[in-house]
Parts: sequence; structure tokens; C-alpha cells
Amino acid sequence: MTAIDDLTEGPDSEHLLEVGAESPAMPEVVFDVEELSVYYGDFQAVQDASLQVHEHEITAFIGPSGCGKTTLLRCFNRMNDLIETARVTGSLRYHGVDLYDSKVDAVEVRRRIGMVFQKPNPFPKSIRANVEYGPKVAGLAKKGPAMDDIVENSLRKAALWDEVKDRLDDNALGLSGGQQQRLCIARAIATDPDVLLMDEPCSALDPIATTRIEELMHGLKDDYSIVIVTHNMQQAARVSDRTAFFSVNVNPESDTRTGILVEYDSTQQMFSNPSDERTENYVTGRFG
Amino acid sequence: METPDSVPGSLSLAALAGSPRRVRKERLISRVMFCAALVSVVVSALIIYALFSEAWIFMRDVDWSSTWGELGWFPRRGIYDMPTLLVASLWTTLIAMIVAAPLGMGAAIYLSEYARPTDRAILKPILEILAGIPSVVLGFFALLWLAPNVVAHIGGEGGRGSMLTAGIGVGILTVPLVASISEDAMAAVPKSLREASAGLGARNAVTTVRVVLPAAVSGLVASLIVAVSRALGETMVVFMAGGAADAAIRTYSPYDGSLTMPSAMASLASGTDQVVGEGLTFQSLFFVGLVLFLLTLGLNLVGDRFVNRVREQY
Repeated sequence: MTAIDDLTEGPDSEHLLEVGAESPAMPEVVFDVEELSVYYGDFQAVQDASLQVHEHEITAFIGPSGCGKTTLLRCFNRMNDLIETARVTGSLRYHGVDLYDSKVDAVEVRRRIGMVFQKPNPFPKSIRANVEYGPKVAGLAKKGPAMDDIVENSLRKAALWDEVKDRLDDNALGLSGGQQQRLCIARAIATDPDVLLMDEPCSALDPIATTRIEELMHGLKDDYSIVIVTHNMQQAARVSDRTAFFSVNVNPESDTRTGILVEYDSTQQMFSNPSDERTENYVTGRFG
Repeated sequence: METPDSVPGSLSLAALAGSPRRVRKERLISRVMFCAALVSVVVSALIIYALFSEAWIFMRDVDWSSTWGELGWFPRRGIYDMPTLLVASLWTTLIAMIVAAPLGMGAAIYLSEYARPTDRAILKPILEILAGIPSVVLGFFALLWLAPNVVAHIGGEGGRGSMLTAGIGVGILTVPLVASISEDAMAAVPKSLREASAGLGARNAVTTVRVVLPAAVSGLVASLIVAVSRALGETMVVFMAGGAADAAIRTYSPYDGSLTMPSAMASLASGTDQVVGEGLTFQSLFFVGLVLFLLTLGLNLVGDRFVNRVREQY
């Protein structure tokens, strides 16, 4: 069941039938999540989530606090491995490969799937050193013109180049919060990943910096597939192509809270005509 | 609760004055605590005064040629060759650091970056026990176990003490110190930086070397400075395992026995009736103490600087 096999065609074609009616040319599936559950020790954080993330789209995860959206996102680059007690069941395929196969090395996964965190977390090094870190660690380039190109291109893509090109050797901690977050985006795309995972990337930023990051995401969509977790429904509505709404199930016996995926559809559908009542309540602000 | 008497205009001063008895009590407690704090300041000042006053007599009366370029440290014969003690202090401290730096830092890196919580829960208390072992016990251990089982295999003699034996013993003594200060420094590095590094596809070792250690560097340096200062001042282990009793010939070989500054002081002080008498023998003890005091004070000041820098950064 965990072997890397060819079963991916099944769910893919099924999905084509399902959503094909509204968008005739379906992009490739990047992540295929099936019945995924995540546990921290005995505590179940996410229960049986199933969804597909498509190439060159922005997929948003929304929902109230504690609904497991960040936990699920952190499965996508095996970041949950850093937590000793975390355990995953179900299947999570990345371009058809089971990410939790025993042969898969989490380090290789993270080189293809970049991550931007909730709070800007640049290294206390120079701006240049921050961007160079990933390529150096992965052995993509050595110091020199090739590395300089990577630094410039990454910073340009993150819309930060013009602001920092004259002070690349200054400490990154001297940048503003919004600039630091764009630097973190530049750092993530410097390793030339396939996917960008963003965990509430604007939650620590002011509205102007937030707008800049949102604009940036529209441009990044051409090169990367993006999954973003956000508390902010308006943000999901503004930037994403698809939205997954998560909610919390409270188990009355053990009084534990488990995150569940309620509904997953195109963002337009989710916000204008959701099929689940809970989604409707959430997006109209009656709950959460 | 908007009743008419709670309107600010009708509030009397007496209502806010508080109980005079409690105010007096509080003032008394504050004074008692101040006195307690003052005692430690006064004691420190007295120590420095005693040190300086006796050392001053030595510095005033001594024939300075007897403190440099002599055969060795023979305080009871009026020969106070300082290089003998300085060389011995330098050797034992250096050897101690060669032992303590890799072991202490290694333990810190393991505890902070690699150990699972269960392993940590076992290892950390063991390190703390090591830190609490009296140095006289470690002195015996150095003499009776390290000398025949370790020093004898690296060119030394197993049957007696030497600077090498003492140095290794002091090194073991300072391992917990290096480990705990280094681990604190590494633990102060935010988890978000480790996540950032892991998210970029860095393995644990790469994250440790490229992110955690550079971010913690001032704490690591501080741990070494504090350990050096501890090793310089360590008395009992060197006194017991250093291979010299109350006098020493100047030697540059760590395989020989010698006296460090504190062990020379301890040996002088241990036979009180003999110390007094021979000219400045008694005062030389304070002079050595002063040199040691100034050295460790300087090191501690530098160490504090580094420790403070760790606190400032995050």
C-alpha cells in the first residue's frame, strides 16, 4: 500500500470527470491527498482529509483556529517529522509518489517543496547569505556569477531586488517585517522548488505589506504551485483559485478537538455558493 | 457600580493612604533584605582588602629578582619564581580545555540538537551530577584511575601525579560547565531558524553548523572563557594530582609534576605553623592570590560581555 506504484491514474481520471465540467483543461495534480489523518501521540489533529492540489494554482486552506490546516500543510514537506510524536496515516502523493514511503528522504522533499512561515524568520546573516543558503546546502551553485544570478533572480521574483540591491551584505534583521517576509520567499524560491507552501505568511504583517505579498503571489503562480494557509477569508477570496474549508469536530466523550476537511472547491464556488451549511456560515461570518 | 460615593470628587485622601502598620512592615522588610545584600558586598570588599594589604607588603619588600629567572618555586627558602607557577597553570588549563571543549560542546550539541526527549531526560541529570562531584573526589579519581589508565598510555607515568593528570582531571570537572552554558546558548536560538533551515532542505548537521552554532557563538565563547577561569582557579584536583607537594622546579613538560597558582597557595596554607617565619613566605601566598584574582576577574569580565551579547541578540 505504501509502495511507489502506478495507481495514481485512477484518482486522477476520476477527478477529471468530477470537476471537468467547469474547467475543460485540467492542470496536473501536484498533491493527491487521500484519507489523511495526522496524530500527535494519541491526539488526532486531522481526520481523513482528501483533496487534490493542482499545478500553477493557488490553493487556500481556511478555517478556525485548531482546525488542522497548518498541520496538514506541514505534511506536504514532511515538516511534521521534526515533531517527535507526529504520525501520519492515509496517503499523500506528490506527483504520484507516496511522500511517506519509507524510502523517501524528507530532505529531498523539502528541496522541491519550499516553505514560508508564519513569522518572518530570516537567518541573522546578510541578505545575500540568506538567499544563498538553500542553493549552497543543496549544492546547486558555488560562490560566483552563477550564485549571483540566483540571488538576483530570486530577489526579483520576490519583488525585493530594487529595495535591497545596494545593501545585499547588510544584515537581514535590519529589514522591515514585510521585507523580511519577501526575503523568506526569495530564500524559498532560490532552490528552484516546484511548490511553495505558505503558512499564514501575512499574519505578522501590516495591511500594506500584506497587499504586496498578495500581489507577489499572483506573479509566482506562473512558476510555482502554491498552497497557502490563512486565517483571513478575504485573503483566500482574493488570491486563491481553490479553497479548502476546515472545521473542528469536538469529540464529546474525550473532549478532544479534531480537524476535518468540510468542503473543497473552486474559490468562487466556495464563497458564492457553498454546498455545505458550515462553509456558508463561516464565509458569511456567522461562525468562526 | 456607579454609586454617588465612588465619584472622584468625594474621594478622601484617607481612603487611599493604606494601613500605616503595613507600610512600616514593608519598609522594615526592605531594610532587612538590603542588609543581607550588603553583607556580600562587604565581604567581597574585605577579601580584596586582605589580599591587597598582604600582597602589598610582599611587593614592597621582596627582592624582585627572586620572582623571575630562578630555579623554581621554593617559597620557604625565599625563592618565588613566578614563571614556574604560570607555566604550570597554563599547561593544566590548556590540557583541561583540550578535554573539556570538545566533550562539553559535543554534549551540548547532542542535547540541544539531536537527543530525543527521553534520552535528554536521562543524560542531563547525569551531567548535573558530574557538576556536583566535589573536586577532592575528582582529585582522587585523577590520581588513582586517570594516572595509571590514561596518562600511562600517553607517555606519562602512572604511579604519580603530573600536570597532565591534573589537567585531564580539571578538564572532566569543567565539562558540565561548558556543556550547560553552551546548551543554554544553543537553546536560545529560535526554533523558527531551525525550521527555516530544515524547510530549505538542510540536514540536522548542516543546520547545526551553519545556523545554530553561528547564532550561538558568543555563548559558546563565553562557556569556554568561564571554563578557563574555573580551570585556572581549580585548587584541589591540581593539588592532589599535580605531582608536587610544597615546592616545584620550573619545568615546561606536562609530564612532570608542578604547582599551579592555586595549588601553590593551598600547599602553603596547609601547614600553618611552617608558613609563618621565613621572611615573606606568608605574604607570597597573597601575592599569588592577587595575580590569580586579577586574571580570573579579567576573564570573567570578558566572559560576561559575551554572555550579555547572547541575551541581546534575541
